Amino acid sequence: MTASLASPAVVGADARRPRRGGRNRTIVLAIVFLAPAIVLLGALVVYPILYTLWRSFYSASGGEFVGVDNYVTMFTDPDTFTAIRNNFIWVIVAPIACTALGLVFAVLLDRIRWATAFKLIIFMPMAISMLAAGVIFRTVFQENPQVGVANAIVVAVRDAFTDTAAFPGARERPDAGVVARDGALSGAEPVMAGGSQGFPLIGIRQSEIPETAKQAAEPPHARAGEITGTVWLDLVRGGGGTNGHIDPGKKGLPGLTVQAVDSSGAVVASATTADDGTYRLTGLDGGRYTVTMPASNFTQGASGIPWLGPSLINVVVISSYIWIWAGFAMIMIASGLSALDRSLQEAARVDGATEWQVFRRITAPLLMPVLVVVFVTLIINVLKIFDLVYVIPPGESKPAANVIAVEMWNVSFGGGNNQGLGSALAILLLVLVLPSMILNVRRFRRERER
Amino acid sequence: MSRRHTAIRRLGIPAALVTAALALAACSGGGGTPAPSSIKGVDLSGQTLEISADWSGSEQKDFEKVLDGFEQATGAKVNYTSLGNNIATVLGTKVEGGNPPNIAVIPQPGLLKQLAQEGALKPLSSDVLSTVKENYSQDWIDLGSVDGTPYGVWFKGSNKSTVWYNADIYDEAGATVPKTWDDFLKQLQLVSDAGYAGISIGADVGWPLTDWFENVYLRTAGPEMYDKLSNHEIPWTDPSVTTALQTLGQLWGNSTLVEPGSAQRTFPETVTEVFGDDPKAGTVFEGDFLATNISQDTSAKVGETAKFYDFPSINGSGPTVVGGGNAAVAFKDDKATMALMKYLASPEAGEIWVKLGGFTSPNKNVDLSSYPDDTSRQIAQALVGAQTFRFDMSDLAPAAFGGTEGSGEWQVMIEFLNNPTDVEGTQQKLEQAAAAAWK
Repeated sequence: MTASLASPAVVGADARRPRRGGRNRTIVLAIVFLAPAIVLLGALVVYPILYTLWRSFYSASGGEFVGVDNYVTMFTDPDTFTAIRNNFIWVIVAPIACTALGLVFAVLLDRIRWATAFKLIIFMPMAISMLAAGVIFRTVFQENPQVGVANAIVVAVRDAFTDTAAFPGARERPDAGVVARDGALSGAEPVMAGGSQGFPLIGIRQSEIPETAKQAAEPPHARAGEITGTVWLDLVRGGGGTNGHIDPGKKGLPGLTVQAVDSSGAVVASATTADDGTYRLTGLDGGRYTVTMPASNFTQGASGIPWLGPSLINVVVISSYIWIWAGFAMIMIASGLSALDRSLQEAARVDGATEWQVFRRITAPLLMPVLVVVFVTLIINVLKIFDLVYVIPPGESKPAANVIAVEMWNVSFGGGNNQGLGSALAILLLVLVLPSMILNVRRFRRERER
Repeated sequence: MSRRHTAIRRLGIPAALVTAALALAACSGGGGTPAPSSIKGVDLSGQTLEISADWSGSEQKDFEKVLDGFEQATGAKVNYTSLGNNIATVLGTKVEGGNPPNIAVIPQPGLLKQLAQEGALKPLSSDVLSTVKENYSQDWIDLGSVDGTPYGVWFKGSNKSTVWYNADIYDEAGATVPKTWDDFLKQLQLVSDAGYAGISIGADVGWPLTDWFENVYLRTAGPEMYDKLSNHEIPWTDPSVTTALQTLGQLWGNSTLVEPGSAQRTFPETVTEVFGDDPKAGTVFEGDFLATNISQDTSAKVGETAKFYDFPSINGSGPTVVGGGNAAVAFKDDKATMALMKYLASPEAGEIWVKLGGFTSPNKNVDLSSYPDDTSRQIAQALVGAQTFRFDMSDLAPAAFGGTEGSGEWQVMIEFLNNPTDVEGTQQKLEQAAAAAWK
């Protein structure tokens, strides 16, 4: 009896000969061998799931049984609703995009030289932690073009098509005879030829005034058929002076375009301001003209696109996910591809099939098992998405980008301190993941039977 | 009961060994400070005390120097453990496990109240209380009391009513330090005329905006209403909230004064927008901790280019400070624990850290000349000399309302920043969130 325990071979032999003692021993032995796994799985998987389920029926502090209240809150609360909706968007967009891109990369890279180098580059994001990838994407898509690369490109392209203004962002001194219209500054009242129009401006830093600028001068005397005036910075460094007056310490603004516009809206004369800010519009007939400084003097550089704002945030976060996981899909599909029997493709080509037909009728169907594995793995992965959504959105867009896992964390530990509702969300997540899990397990079993 | 005791024995010994080793390492750096008068003649040699707080890194080193003073005077051994940011959770677990430290220094009055109501805290002994009464104003004593019983000694204070400005820009624009809200808006206009944005606001995840609201509300509605709103005894739809939000909207809705892009700007970015090498705005509002951001993230010097003024008075409100602090609370009431509490309430203990910098003491008897520079002295002066001091309201609220990213007050205030004319809708959303959180 005791000796037979020593060797498994003997145990096997015992099992074949049905004896009562032997059978019991086999069961005991099986339990002994299985015990560590069962204890571990029980403690780390089964118990937490059951506890979470039990906890989801209790109140925030855990003291009070609340029935399905947490589940009702979960589906009626608008925050959680956005989270569930976003999860659906994720599940629909991300796995399909990743698998499709992975397939394209794998098939294309299958046929070129240096394939390994390209594969390495596409696969590289997988080596970065999700958190770090999140930080990278958050920085790339910053609204400030001096920080975010995406907006730096957008702004550079836009600025290439517009001239740089002399004094971007300058504006009129309010209530001093100048009004703004569509970015252009005009005298409030039309001026008779022989008159003058001053332009007191503000919103320009002292450091932006060109070196050549001199103390602003009073408008020169206007002869017949002329309108004169001064454009000056209506500020004294360190404060002081009277608003709208040319005081000592106020600089003239050189290099600005000033135009005389007649009543029909046509530009009849144009001039550029001198170093002391004065200008002289000549060749005018008698009559009234509106003196205008066109908007091109003041247009500000293009500003960035608010990528991380509530409307675009999901696009950014999902693209960052695709950036990371397309590499995974590609590697999986490529390995499936390399295991493929190439003779079928060769045969099709010999029979005159086009490359597209070979891909659609031969390669894709043969790859289907791999594609399904990749797709299902990604669905499970996407349902549980947390880190990217936690890191990338700034405060303003957090609700718009919310997903169930992040909501679960926020509700239970991130300040909400409601572990009842948090547990209910965890159970929802589990229920959503289950179908794909079952699918995967079934497939594995079928493959083993084959 | 018996299970609890074994738990203490099992956990306590190794933990004590580890922390004792750490404390020995920390001790060796201490200098020879004279024995503080508050604990003169108390001999506690051979006793070991455990103290926990959320300070780590350089703050931990500075606090350990404060504890060194106690060790040298009494001969007791004090072991410090940093509990990090999750202090509420960690402390709760320790209390539940029957293994709390002798003293914890906690950053939230809400946690103090919760622990006191659970019966985990020991009230201050009459000896400690008399030291506290000697050194603290009534606002601080009230803040450390639950239902009239004093539990907390506010060791550290912070001043969240400071408005920081770039002195170079203010000089260029001819702007001066404002005393009132209207003057404040006028000075920001001057800065804006000079080609800079008047003020840079960063919504971050919402918390800086709640500090804005609290400062305005405490000034427009007064301390009594502030206390009521803090406890949600009046709804957020109250007319006093309307006034505060409208006042705030005057500034937030003025696109010539506020730098564009507020909603997505983080708090550290607002600091570099004002004090960076290419400043875009002249002013930024936040608490005294902003000085740390200035010295770490920019080349501007605090006290030279970077200065601050007190948050302006609104409708004639007196010196008012919204702030925060860290209170020491005792979990045991033996002689050694209370001696340490008394020491922490004494001006000597505070002065040790004050001299090291980066620390403001709410203790009114701490010598203002011990502060290492004018700026920190000015901050402390405003804190100690405030007619009204109130704790940061969002820190008093349940975290679901005043401390959760993406929801509650934080998020509603971001929405208000984006749309400052919608006062009524904002109030309704705030009330809705508050009602759910205070349930």
